[in-house]
Amino acid sequence: MSMGLPGDLTGAFEKDSASSNKDRTGATRITAGIDVGSRTCKVVLLDENAEILGTSIEKSGIESSETAQEMVTDIVETVGAEKPALDATVATGYGRGNVDFADQNVTEITCHARGLIEQFPEARGLIDIGGQDSKVIKLENGQVIDFAMNDKCAAGTGKFLESMAETLDLQLSEIGPLAKNADEATELSSTCAVFAESEVITQIHQGAPREEIVAGICDSVVDQIMGQVERVGLEPPIAMTGGVARNEGVRRGLEAALDTDLLVPENPQIVGALGAALKAT
Amino acid sequence: MSEIDYREMWAELGMDLEKHDEFLEPLSDHYEDLFVSQDNRPEGMEYFNEVMQNVHHSRVAELKSEKEAGNPVIASFCVFVPDELVAAAGGSSIGLCAGAQYPVSTGEEVLPRDMCPLIKSTMGFKLDRICPYFEVSDFVVGETTCDGKKKAWEILDEYKPTYVMELPQRKSPESRDLWEKEVRRFKDRIEDEATTEITAESLGSAIETKNEKRRALKELYAARKADPVPISGKDALLITQLAFFDDTERFTQKVSNINSTLENRIEAGEGVAPTDAPRILIAGTPMPLPNWKIHDIVESSGGVVVCEETCTGTRYFEDEVPESGETVSEHIENLADRAMEINCACFTPNEERVDDVLRLAREYEVDGVVYANLEFCLTYDMEYRKIRTALEDKDIPVTQIESNFGESDVEQLKTRIQAFLEMIS
Repeated sequence: MSMGLPGDLTGAFEKDSASSNKDRTGATRITAGIDVGSRTCKVVLLDENAEILGTSIEKSGIESSETAQEMVTDIVETVGAEKPALDATVATGYGRGNVDFADQNVTEITCHARGLIEQFPEARGLIDIGGQDSKVIKLENGQVIDFAMNDKCAAGTGKFLESMAETLDLQLSEIGPLAKNADEATELSSTCAVFAESEVITQIHQGAPREEIVAGICDSVVDQIMGQVERVGLEPPIAMTGGVARNEGVRRGLEAALDTDLLVPENPQIVGALGAALKAT
Repeated sequence: MSEIDYREMWAELGMDLEKHDEFLEPLSDHYEDLFVSQDNRPEGMEYFNEVMQNVHHSRVAELKSEKEAGNPVIASFCVFVPDELVAAAGGSSIGLCAGAQYPVSTGEEVLPRDMCPLIKSTMGFKLDRICPYFEVSDFVVGETTCDGKKKAWEILDEYKPTYVMELPQRKSPESRDLWEKEVRRFKDRIEDEATTEITAESLGSAIETKNEKRRALKELYAARKADPVPISGKDALLITQLAFFDDTERFTQKVSNINSTLENRIEAGEGVAPTDAPRILIAGTPMPLPNWKIHDIVESSGGVVVCEETCTGTRYFEDEVPESGETVSEHIENLADRAMEINCACFTPNEERVDDVLRLAREYEVDGVVYANLEFCLTYDMEYRKIRTALEDKDIPVTQIESNFGESDVEQLKTRIQAFLEMIS
């Protein structure tokens, strides 16, 4: 799958198609991390030196275990591994329990923290906003010392943004840039996507500029996340991962609320899978 | 005893047999999956399997014959209700079913949706007519532990006589006096129902019998302090849950049998979980039958529950009633005293509960605390703040789980609990 997915969380979807980082014919040991998220499935392959051999992102689909298996097979093929068998596989994410070929399953909290520390060893906090969950992790010397997750519903996550974009007849990828252009933001009092949708419709009918509505939507996500941040108590440096890290509106909103710049990895969606692959090493 | 036709018995009790089948049938498989399949269960659990697999059968038949013999059968919900008085009048007391999701939607027909699942479940059990204990009892004893309960009793009373005890909300001498008056009033109410008068002797002996049950449970919990722990948290929880239902003396005997097994296991260093399995204290609201959700998640994620600071745990049995009384009046004073020692979140202030949690965390050498409260249980939810701070001061990791009896949040809870276990291992 090489095109952007309809309804993809980031709107900036691209298959990070297994770009080989180095001549990998020398790899003697290959480990895989598989992050089966609610919306997308991420795979990272590492060699024995914890160098990334390749990565891949696809829509999770209904048969997430099969999706994951195919992704792993594809990626092993793409990176031209001489060693087609994986030495160790760790599954993480919402669907971690269903990846029947994984050797172990580890939660996304632990894997995200591990993946992040690999990229930003100095980080003391992590905000991850994915397709249907969000998490805030407090780190000390690279170890998780506290965390919070959103409760039962998907308020304040990618799914919320996705459904708001749909109401406004926008692509998800348009949300961030539009929010940036807004001088003001409308206020959204509902955190529930169903209620928020009727609120947004009311705002449209009242003639509020689209930029301002979009900015209000991003602010609403920021408010939700800040509730979790305050519960855990984060201190900078703080990083942001997950598909929503690609959304400029939310990211800037969080930076303003936290009064600090966020560290965002080059590929914020694969941090959990990277952590899982490192756990498998 | 000749073979009892239980369906006939349930029909005689006025139950809805169709709904009852629908409710009860999956429970047996669920129990098999969660309990019988556990590795290395201690000897003696067979009795509790039997009780659980026949949860609406033989015990109900016993109570029904008690009732036919003119002895009161009284249903309650709360550890504050002094069931010694019921026993002293030759009656039986039972704790009602309140931990199933099945009747919740029926409960919501007469109750707000945004309220405690325990109350909704209870109400639904009555409205659906699927709980034989409800049907076999003469009346229900409610108490004023929270706003939800106290208003629910007014509604429940439309369907089943409900007697309410006013539980004070402060641990002051005035409150204690009020409670003593309430205990006396309860005694009169039971005597109205019973054919036997409560005497100093019968009450003294009931106090001793109930204390023996408490001591057996204390011993069971003490065994859980061992490392490796000789019994799973699920099994221990089940035993405490059944303490509310079973015949007191028989139950005490069966728990004592388990306790001897556990003693041998401890000596042999035999456990149900590896020594490196994170040891968890669960603190919070009661987990009435058949709610085993949090224990199951903890124990299937590699942890082991070693203690419950709940009403289906230490709050049920830690405080004994002094046996020093010589007259009915003295016994009643002692019964009233016990209530003031139970550190339920209905009291304000309730600093002693913070001390309890810290003490239990230390005594059971726990690696972390899972603070579990039912949705919409404001008092327990709000006490989390204090308990969290106190635990953090002692560097004891803690996480809060708010849930209900349904299955819809199980996957999210698994992630949170597994992550918590990974964090503390």
